[in-house]
Amino acid sequence: MSGAVEFVKGSARLVVSGGRAYKAWVAALLALVAIGGIAYVHQVRTGLIATNMRDQVSWAFYIGNFTFLVGVAAAAVLLVIPAYVYQWKPIKEVVVLGELLAISALTMCLLFILVDMGRPDRFLHIMPLLGTPNWPRSLLAWDALVLNTYLLLNAALVLYLLFKTYRGEHYDRRIFLPLVLLSIPVSISTHTVTAFLYNGMAARPYWNASILAPRFIASAFCSGPAVMIILFQILRRTNRFPIKDEAIWKIAELMSYAMFLNLFLLGAELFKEYYSATEHLRYTQYFWGGLDGHRALVPYAWLSLTCSVAAFVLFLIPRTRRNYVTLNLGCLLIWAGVYIEKGMGLIIPGFTPDTLGEIYEYTPTATEWAIAAGVFGVGFLVFTALVKIAVPILVGTFRAPERVAAPGPSSAGIPAQ
Amino acid sequence: MSERKSLPVVADEPMDPSRRAFMRTAAAGAAVAALSSCGVEMEDFLRSHFKELSPDELRRVLAKVERKNLERFGKKTTVSATGPRPGVEFGYGLDLSRCVGCRRCVYACVAENNQSRQSPQIQWIRVLEMDKEHGVDLAHANHYYEADAVPRPGKFYMPVQCQQCRNPPCVKACPTQATWKEKDGIVVIDYDWCIGCRCCMSACPYGARHFNWATPTLPAEELNPHQHYLGNRPRPKGVVEKCTFCIQRTREGRYPACVEVCPVGARKFGNLLDPESEIRRVMETKRVFVFKEELATHPQFYYFYAT
Repeated sequence: MSGAVEFVKGSARLVVSGGRAYKAWVAALLALVAIGGIAYVHQVRTGLIATNMRDQVSWAFYIGNFTFLVGVAAAAVLLVIPAYVYQWKPIKEVVVLGELLAISALTMCLLFILVDMGRPDRFLHIMPLLGTPNWPRSLLAWDALVLNTYLLLNAALVLYLLFKTYRGEHYDRRIFLPLVLLSIPVSISTHTVTAFLYNGMAARPYWNASILAPRFIASAFCSGPAVMIILFQILRRTNRFPIKDEAIWKIAELMSYAMFLNLFLLGAELFKEYYSATEHLRYTQYFWGGLDGHRALVPYAWLSLTCSVAAFVLFLIPRTRRNYVTLNLGCLLIWAGVYIEKGMGLIIPGFTPDTLGEIYEYTPTATEWAIAAGVFGVGFLVFTALVKIAVPILVGTFRAPERVAAPGPSSAGIPAQ
Repeated sequence: MSERKSLPVVADEPMDPSRRAFMRTAAAGAAVAALSSCGVEMEDFLRSHFKELSPDELRRVLAKVERKNLERFGKKTTVSATGPRPGVEFGYGLDLSRCVGCRRCVYACVAENNQSRQSPQIQWIRVLEMDKEHGVDLAHANHYYEADAVPRPGKFYMPVQCQQCRNPPCVKACPTQATWKEKDGIVVIDYDWCIGCRCCMSACPYGARHFNWATPTLPAEELNPHQHYLGNRPRPKGVVEKCTFCIQRTREGRYPACVEVCPVGARKFGNLLDPESEIRRVMETKRVFVFKEELATHPQFYYFYAT
């Protein structure tokens, strides 16, 4: 691995240097991380009583964010499938970025689990070989396994590809392709296993529906690519990173299909609950209409639905899909819609009312907001740093010293076969 | 052919202590240094699972709990780890026609089992006040009834605590095997192994599991010094706890505190394998039912109407 030291040094140089906007962005993220850090120290000292979670609602904001971000991470597969399997050129150029997004999202997922743990100092107990993971019965033990596998896989893929490109070499298809093909089922399984974590709990009728995992996948295919579309436009402008309009529009089109599926499945769920109107309706009622005067989530429920439907329409119509103003608006709407639906909208009604019928109305404390902001800060920081290193490699401005003298601009993206 | 199908019971899975012990020692070095600076003791960090402890290690662990009790409360305590007795499977019966909703069981339990007294107050028994006209209906249950005199007209009372399921969803959900079902039917937690992820709380259909959101507040003069490692020893913050049928009492042949205190004799307890026991008499002469039978948790806790 000659040149590894140079590679690391060069990468570090790239991360610390940048224009004024870049430095402001990084400073803002560092400030978020600092706020989150302070809040976390407070939470560790006082215990999770610093949150508004209680025995009735024992998972809440942290786990909601975790769930949403698992979806974002899983969505990298949406870009991987057409790019590698069907060799579809326009998207292939940007797959690496999807994988970087997955790495950052997974980092945030693991952090959200960590801050939710009562005893993070005992993390060894869940690890294979070192601890006593409850396999194959516990879904959280499975989740820890697939999330970490997916993280390692993405990290290995990206590192291999970038290092090879940096050295001006072609990647070895015999190593690369099997890993990419493996990442597809692993990505689907991260989200499925996370859905099963809730789905498998017969004590919580709101989650105990077989439609849960399919809905997870459908909504993940909306929220993940929404970030990508915005990012591509920023990169095009700031880094001369050639991403074709065609690629962006294709992603937007795929998103509209995913959103249709998501809304259809939601409708199927609502029909079943309201038409049969059993005792299990109470959880759905709490979310959409309030229960016994408890209405904290109702405005969010309708906001989420409005955002999702509006985004669906914007992405379905070719004219609004191809107009960057409406496209970006659609991305924001999808992000907001899915964030509410897969975050608070999934977790809180699962616990409200609780298993003995009590209604405890949960809203996050300032500490929870601050810690969540800190985790997002770390995630965006990781993503920013990774993009800052990857893009110059892909456009050929950051390459091995011995190649700098070599003539001609490198072609953008992954080298041709 | 006609062999009676036994209820599904969580299987005991063998572990491989030597391999894990080696891995743990080999890999944990660096992490220990980091954690010890945060006040986490290396001894706890490298400890084995409760079921893997040798008699010697177990003695040391128990002695350490006693030492910590002394430091924390300035009071001498005895902490045992008495195992299940052969031929014993505990069963509990609750007579809904007798219960008057006085909540004496709730407070006897708190005193016996060293729960946090306030902010937050932890109680392992929840008494639900229900309308006679609705029957057992959780949507209309009152958890926080306050009355000058109970029972109130038109109401009946249903105490709920850990049902010690034969098919416990909480044990299935736990990612670290920190909770398990003992041979005598008691579902226990090792508070030193729990990572505080609260999967078990989501999985429990009876709201029987409680989390230490803060360090439990427990005045030294109220500490019950007679303790069991898997039961009423004081808990740290950040772990889950639950009813253990008063494991520290029942494994010595005594009644649980809630049974002992009940002024109307609504609570029955005994060995399901002993045909002469009170609980067997109840099951044979009354019509018992289990709570949320549709979830197939197969509780060892039975409700019945004696009159």
